[in-house]
Amino acid sequence: MTQVSMTVNGKAASGEVEGRTLLSSFLRENLHLTGTHVGCDTSQCGACVVHVNGEAVKACTILAAEAAGAEVTTIEGMANADGSLSVLQQSFQDHHGLQCGFCTPGMVMSAAALLKENPKPTEAEVRDYLEGNICRCTGYHNIVKAIMAASGQEVAAVAAE
Amino acid sequence: MYNFDVVVPGSVAEAVAALGEEDAQALGGGQTLIPTLKQRLASPSVLVSLSGIAEIKGVCKTDDGQLSVGGGTTHATVAREAAGTFAGLAGLAGHIGDPAVRNRGTIGGSLANNDPSACYPAAALGTGATIITNAREIAADDFFQGMFTTDLEEGEIITEVRFPVPEASSYQKFEQPASRFALVGVFVAKFADGVRVAVTGASNDGVFRWDEAEAALSANFAPEALDGLTVSGDDMINDLHGTGAYRAHLVGVMAKRAVAAAS
Repeated sequence: MTQVSMTVNGKAASGEVEGRTLLSSFLRENLHLTGTHVGCDTSQCGACVVHVNGEAVKACTILAAEAAGAEVTTIEGMANADGSLSVLQQSFQDHHGLQCGFCTPGMVMSAAALLKENPKPTEAEVRDYLEGNICRCTGYHNIVKAIMAASGQEVAAVAAE
Repeated sequence: MYNFDVVVPGSVAEAVAALGEEDAQALGGGQTLIPTLKQRLASPSVLVSLSGIAEIKGVCKTDDGQLSVGGGTTHATVAREAAGTFAGLAGLAGHIGDPAVRNRGTIGGSLANNDPSACYPAAALGTGATIITNAREIAADDFFQGMFTTDLEEGEIITEVRFPVPEASSYQKFEQPASRFALVGVFVAKFADGVRVAVTGASNDGVFRWDEAEAALSANFAPEALDGLTVSGDDMINDLHGTGAYRAHLVGVMAKRAVAAAS
């Protein structure tokens, strides 16, 4: 076991981990931040996406030891300081961008990473960016709408396919 | 996963020393190796993460006009930083996996693993790149030695890949829709002295050059120059995603698309 330390959602966090401990396990089991979901555990589904030093990564496919010293942001760090939902999170609710909600943490984290590098994406760019995030409920349509709306764009034009 | 120790050295020299331990294994971005470890298909005693080595990250032009990419550079960085100088390479890097995978996976990791369906081997072989390690320089034509096999010695680290920049190039792949690996991918590169064509995803022996297509395109760089040219499906990968004959057919289709899209 070794000690790892990192900054998670702006706060110092540390814990004892094995070499094989994944970042997703460290977040969920050591820090009890269970908003980061593990869906497939094979880097396919994207439910575990978090930000490491500002970049979206799959927390099930990076070792906790590799994230030592990093700035990590999880879904728990996405709400506003007063606890209210961020614009992006509220948009998922307003546009019914979730049903069972299992994929939602990863969807929100991927969407936030997209909007940071591309504040006004086209619908095609949104769909392309979500290639590594799988949702089995919504058919993606309302997720795309939520992200377009959160970027301040008109969503009426986003037609069902 | 079986358990292992993890070390995160800050320099190539420290990493090479750490890899001298018995059953030590280099860890690039981990986007292939970590899933492999989860399946218990590998059991290293020590993983030597290369992610903390600043000297093997980044993209720059060399004095002789080649594009130098550090072995620890992520796909996302290559997609962003090579866009202005080598669009064919940037396009390839920007379509590997998905955005989160591209933020971790590295060029050195991809080349060292030499997955028969990986994208980067096609760019390295398709341009005649030089793979530079802590110990030596290896021409791409000598580097790839069959499925998951390369000329790398135990403990050798890819520190840099140097690409000659073509006049025009493109990589086109037919994606296996679940994994997004190339069912077949073709990299076409036009240089002043001829055209190179490299095919990934298709052969049981991994990436290969398509000599007949290179000759035809060197004479006439147009999709129709490939009319009538075929490759044999006999030694191609035959699995539930496609037969060898289907992959052989796709080689011709993707090569034509690459020529048409080359810029």
